This record gives sequence, structure tokens and C-alpha cells, in this order.
Amino acid sequence: MAVKLELTNVGKAFEDKVVLRDIDLAVQEHEVVCLIGSSGSGKSTLLKCVDLLVPIDEGAILLDGQAISGPDVNPNTVRQRMGIVFQAFNLFPHMSVVDNITLGPRKVHGLSKEAAEERAAGLLERFGLADKMHEYPDRLSGGQQQRVAVIRALASDPELMLFDEITSALDPELVAEVLNVIRGLKNEGMTMLIATHEMGFARDVADRVCFLDAGVILEQGPPGEFFTNPQQPRTRQFLQRIVEAGRL
Amino acid sequence: MTDRSTPLDEVMRRGPRLLGPRRPRGPREEGARSAFVAFVSTLILVSLALWVVLTSEAWPRVQKQFFNPSAFREVWPDVASGFWLDIQMFLVAEVVILTLALIVAMIRSLRGPAFLPIRMLAIFYIDLIRGIPVILLILLLGFGVPALQLSGVPDGRLFWGVTALVISYTAYTSEVYRAGIESVHESQRMSARSLGLTQGKTLWYVIVPQAVRNVIPALLNGFVSLQKDVALVYVLGIREAVRAAQIYNARTFNYTGYIAAAILFLIVSVPVARFTDWYTERDRRRRQAMST
Repeated sequence: MAVKLELTNVGKAFEDKVVLRDIDLAVQEHEVVCLIGSSGSGKSTLLKCVDLLVPIDEGAILLDGQAISGPDVNPNTVRQRMGIVFQAFNLFPHMSVVDNITLGPRKVHGLSKEAAEERAAGLLERFGLADKMHEYPDRLSGGQQQRVAVIRALASDPELMLFDEITSALDPELVAEVLNVIRGLKNEGMTMLIATHEMGFARDVADRVCFLDAGVILEQGPPGEFFTNPQQPRTRQFLQRIVEAGRL
Repeated sequence: MTDRSTPLDEVMRRGPRLLGPRRPRGPREEGARSAFVAFVSTLILVSLALWVVLTSEAWPRVQKQFFNPSAFREVWPDVASGFWLDIQMFLVAEVVILTLALIVAMIRSLRGPAFLPIRMLAIFYIDLIRGIPVILLILLLGFGVPALQLSGVPDGRLFWGVTALVISYTAYTSEVYRAGIESVHESQRMSARSLGLTQGKTLWYVIVPQAVRNVIPALLNGFVSLQKDVALVYVLGIREAVRAAQIYNARTFNYTGYIAAAILFLIVSVPVARFTDWYTERDRRRRQAMST
């Protein structure tokens, strides 16, 4: 299998606060990698760096072996190849669901309104939201909004999906519907990089788990190994607390 | 949230509509009763004020100079046709201002080193124009440019007077737009960019529609202001309402023409001000309903 995404020696600091240090990470095609770690460990920043929403200070990011983090790369063309979904949904409140979904395909990829809406309708159908096509975001539940956000990211046919704690802002009973969407994407072979606090989900869906602590990847491995036999004391401590909190 | 608001907050929120202390909406009789009390107290106050004015020693002279019916009839046609010119100037200027100001605000909101020169240009323009009195700009362009007798450049005082207003108001209005653009949360920009949209498209499709909605009350406020300020072109000798009244005053030493002009301005500006308040209040309620 080919390497889809590769980060080598990536570092990032805001002012003098280091948020990412010496990040080496490779994601294979069709692989699902989960990033776990406490809040502020750098998961979110890492995802935003990959989507070029936050410029990196050091190292390089490669997509299909091509460097995308340099100054001579047009970030818009890179972003067209990936989709990102945020914790707070970030739907456009002044647009209906279908307009949210078709904005990228129409204004970036140049699809006609009809073609884009036909595709959007297909995606909404697939994710059980066909009847919400013409609703506005504020009329949807959190789970529905987040599924629309996933569809919006998928509408541009991304080669890679990034998820930034997409269930953290949801009511507990709405978490499953969103996680099931990701499970569906895994079955279709989507390459995904997922920051999450849902340990059970990570164990279930991930091909590999990376534990971030203070901006460093401290430990990584297949979920079976990682969750049952963590090597680092800090990882053990983290997982111990998760278990105590009843989250695993 | 509202429990904690201080009386001052209340005044700020309800503004000029605050006619009395707020009380919870009671049964219907109580509503009728308070309407009656409000009516009677207003009647007493207005009657008292009228009585003081009309019985004062100076009133006959004031009436003759300011509220003279025959002078009013005489001056009305000139003032009214002048006012129609004011309205036309206002409408043309406002459309141009709203368009240009949005463009300037969008330029100011572009990020990245590549846009630094035009960003600086926009800031320079805004700072420069906001630092000059409008009247000075009107005199400078209205008399100055036609005097240059440049070929291919319009030489009408009316054209340059309105242009001066447009240049001035565009600077202020672009700052209103910019406040709106900055009021849209950063995450909106980020998710638009993540779809691959350029900065310009992000602004146009995602940020600006939300920004404009946020600043509609402030823009309406600007409408009221401009609707009166168009009268400033009278200094160029353009025969709008104020100028017409001034000419009459110079001829007769009677001020009724100014009162006629004032009435016309009020007829237009008061409804706009009421509408602004109504809209702001409705928008506030909607937002509150949405956040609960």
C-alpha cells in the first residue's frame, strides 16, 4: 500500500508555546489513524496543519509523496483534495443544507448547480438526511448538523478525510449516529485521520492509534496492542484515567 | 441573562423607546389602565408646553418669523422641489456608497503579504477622508474640480458635490461593513477555506452575507445621516431645499422656509429611524430565541 500522507519532523509554536514537536507520522492509503491525547496535546493543531489552515514552522508535509507545506504550493488546490470536519460543525448558518453542501463543488470545482445538487441529494439520501435538504442548519439537531458537515466535506470527493473531535460537542445520545457515518466511510476504504476522545470508537475503528502528549507522538500502534499493553508510563496513566472515568 | 442586566443596560437596549419603567405584562385591564395613564400624562405635558409657548410674550413675533402661514404658502413650492433634488441625490449616493464601501471593506479584510499594498491604500483612504470635514470636501471638489477645466472630466457642481458626499460616506460605511466582517466567527472563514475556496470567494459567499446582516441597523443609521447631509451641497449654490429656503430668507427676512425644509426632512428621517429601532429590536429577539 502507498503512503497517502506523511509528516516528517513537523514542529509548530504559537508565540513561544510549542504545540507540536518532531511529529513523524505516515498514513497509508485506506488506513484509519486515530489521534488520542488530552486536550491541548496538539491533536487539533496537527489536523489544521495538514489542511494548511495553520502554517507549520518546521518539517514537511507530503501528500502522495509531494510536499504540500512549502510556500510555492497553492493551498487551495491542496485543500480540494482533503475534507475536514470540525468539533463545532461550522455550517454556514445563512445557507440551507443543500447550499452548504454544494458551495465547494460549485464554486471551487465548477460543477453546475444541477449536477452539484444531484450529488448532494445522493449523499443526503445515503446518510439518512434526504428530508433535510432545504432546511437551515439551526433547524437541525447537533447530530444532524455534524452529519451535514461530513457530507459537505465529502461532496468534493476528497482523497483524505480529517476529523477534529467531531463528537465532542454532541449530546451523548447523538454521538452514535455520527460515529456510524465514519464506520461507513471506513468500509468504503476512505483514508482518515481522526482526533477523538471516544476511546471505544478508536479501538473499534482505528487501524492504528497515536497517543499525543504535549505536542509529541509518545506512542503508537495497533489498537489491540495499544489499549491492552501500553509501553510508556504517561500512556498507561492516561488510559488508566480513561478507564476510571468509565469511558473505556 | 436578562435577570442580571442593570437599569443602564435596559436603557441602552430599549434606547429612545424607553418611556417608562418596565413592568411585567399583566392582565388586560391593567394594560388598558396603563395606556390610559400614559395618554393622560402625555396630554398634560404637551398641553402645558404648548400653553407656556403660546402665552409667552415673544410668541407673536416667533410665529410671524418662523411659522408664518402666508410665507409658508409662498415658499413651499421652491422648498418642495428643492427637497425632491435632495431625495434624488440621497438615493443615487446611497446606492453608490453601499457598493463602494463593501468593496473597500473587503479589500481591508484580505489577509496575507501579497495584499499589503492595496490594504494599506484602503486604510490610507479611510484615515484621510475621516479626518476631513465633509463640508470642506464638498467645497474642495464642488468648486475646485470644475475650476480646473479638465477635458473629459464632468464639470457640474452637482456632480462633484454628490461625489464628495460619496467619497466621505464610503469611508465611514466601509468601517461599518468591516466591523460586520470581523463579527463573523473565525471558524466560518476556516471552514470555507477548508473547502478550497479562495479568500475572495470565502468573503463573498460566506462572510459578507452574515456580516451585512449583523450591521443592517448601523447601515440604516447611516441612511438617516446621509439623508440630511445631502443638504450640505447648498454651499455650492445648488438649489436644494435648504438653499431654496435661504434664498427666500435673504429676500424677505422670514425664516418660515427653513421650517418648511425641516418638516420635509423630518417626514423622511423619522420613519427611517423608527424602522431602524423596530428592526434592531426584532433582530435582537430573534437571536435570543435562537440561542435558547
